[in-house]
Amino acid sequence: MEVRVAFSGPKSLSGKEFTYCPGCHHGIIHRLVAEVIDELGIQEKTIMVAPVGCSVFAYEFFDVDGTVAPHGRALAVATGMKRALPDRVVFTYQGDGDLAAIGTAETVHAANRGEKLTTIFVNNAVYGMTGGQMAPTTLLGQKTTTTPYGRRAENDGYPIHMSEILSTMRGVAYLERVTVSTPQDIRNAKKAIKKAFLAQIKNIGFGLVEVLSTCPTNWGMTPVEAQQWLLENMTKEFPPKLFIDRVGD
Amino acid sequence: MKKLMMKGNEAIAEAAIRAGCRLYFGYPITPQSEIAEYMSRRLPEVGGTFLQTESEVATVNMVYGAACTGKRVMTSTSSPGFSLMQEGISYIAGAELPCVFVNVVRGGPGLGDIQPAQSDYFQATKGGGHGDYRLLVLAPSTLQEAIELTMLAFDLADKYRNPALILADGMIGQMMEPVELPPMRDLSTLPDHSSWALTGAEGRAPRKVTSFNIDPYGLEEMNKRYQEKYRRVEREEQRWEEYKTENAEYLLVGYGTMGRILKSVADRLEEEGLAVGVFRPISLWPFPDRRLKELSEKVRFVFTVEMSSGQMVEDVRLAVDGRIPVHFYGRMGGVVPTPEEVIRAFKKLL
Repeated sequence: MEVRVAFSGPKSLSGKEFTYCPGCHHGIIHRLVAEVIDELGIQEKTIMVAPVGCSVFAYEFFDVDGTVAPHGRALAVATGMKRALPDRVVFTYQGDGDLAAIGTAETVHAANRGEKLTTIFVNNAVYGMTGGQMAPTTLLGQKTTTTPYGRRAENDGYPIHMSEILSTMRGVAYLERVTVSTPQDIRNAKKAIKKAFLAQIKNIGFGLVEVLSTCPTNWGMTPVEAQQWLLENMTKEFPPKLFIDRVGD
Repeated sequence: MKKLMMKGNEAIAEAAIRAGCRLYFGYPITPQSEIAEYMSRRLPEVGGTFLQTESEVATVNMVYGAACTGKRVMTSTSSPGFSLMQEGISYIAGAELPCVFVNVVRGGPGLGDIQPAQSDYFQATKGGGHGDYRLLVLAPSTLQEAIELTMLAFDLADKYRNPALILADGMIGQMMEPVELPPMRDLSTLPDHSSWALTGAEGRAPRKVTSFNIDPYGLEEMNKRYQEKYRRVEREEQRWEEYKTENAEYLLVGYGTMGRILKSVADRLEEEGLAVGVFRPISLWPFPDRRLKELSEKVRFVFTVEMSSGQMVEDVRLAVDGRIPVHFYGRMGGVVPTPEEVIRAFKKLL
């Protein structure tokens, strides 16, 4: 009998078991990034920079050269790599604390310089790895371990909108906010990720995809409840949107 | 060879280019901004990359990223900027990446001032950032030596896969002297880092470069490897200069600009019939303790002079180990001691 492979994982994932919680979107997003790397045929010229946060081990999950940056500094590390090796593909994978709090300056300036880099920005409105503290993107009223009464604007300020901020920058070549909550959303997110890589490969500029993501563990919800909460609340504060597309078809 | 008049900061920058450095990331800060300015002009001429960054925090991480690729890379800064870089330097040391830093030290703490100082010795030689690590630290006292040590810093960084630091001060950075420049290093003769560098995994298995190991036993093994390397550096890379030490009865110890001033002090005291030698550490880490120990067996006392409240003197005391008295004189805040005041302080000890 003939045996054929009907389904397998992407080549650009190492096969190492993910450390993510049930219902967390990191697994879906990792897979999409790996599929895009496979489809673009760039596995052997890609270098990844992992962040500090839940995805600190991301460099082990992707089967490409990689390192892990100090908290918030992934885009500075990636800038150094790309400037040293302009013909390689360098991408960062960062959470909201990493990219939008401690690493805001590095993010804004890498985007503004139009670094030929790609960033996957996973926004789950909470600090996951340290145990559910407030993130810069935490919603008003949202309870976390450091906003036990809910986030209050008068004390904690407002959820920060990184994609809207970056959309003002001329160095950005591709910028989209997506969700991965339905099969249709997932297909759309993959297209966005591919374009964010193409922005780099075609030497146009900086590419970033913000992916709204669940954190059932720290939100104190089941995976199904978390999906619903994301779609009902996070997408109101952070509407999915294509901000910039200078890549074309 | 032709001699050129150069400013210290520019001499260091040109030496780095001649050492094969084609990547510079930096943020302006007095008294070393001429290094960045020189690089911005000169690197494009030799096919290199200059990038003015948004902060020293970004700078050190760009150096980290570039060093991951195995290419020669450097940055330069002055004291407050070097403080900002400490987190990244710790990561670089942990990931065992070769690269070169220049700290043209100014008076501190805090915003301090912009005058020459030696008050960053502890930060340079004892770690500076978090964790058990060391930098290779070289301290020039003339511009010619600044050129030679900059070249050496790249070679040592490559040899040991460890960050190296040129610890200069505002005097070295700002003054002008005639210098001879070495020839340009042929880039094809630079050390081969293809066994570990991140270049994209073409034709080989993907690899990772990190300072990370969540398993304490694994991390301890990594630390043992670092320490083994540091012990090798301590054995093989101690550097110093001796001046009139042969029949000296007293020993002056100072580094960098201060070491240079101490030679004038020794000359003047010699005219007065006193046999005074100078021991000038060139490598601050590894501190040249073996030779200092030998010398301390031949003199009556050691007199250490620094442009600080007394930092290197602690390493001098460790080397001398109580055999003879170790005295100290220092000026702070960016004040450079004159030979006269050092002589007065010395004579009080007789």
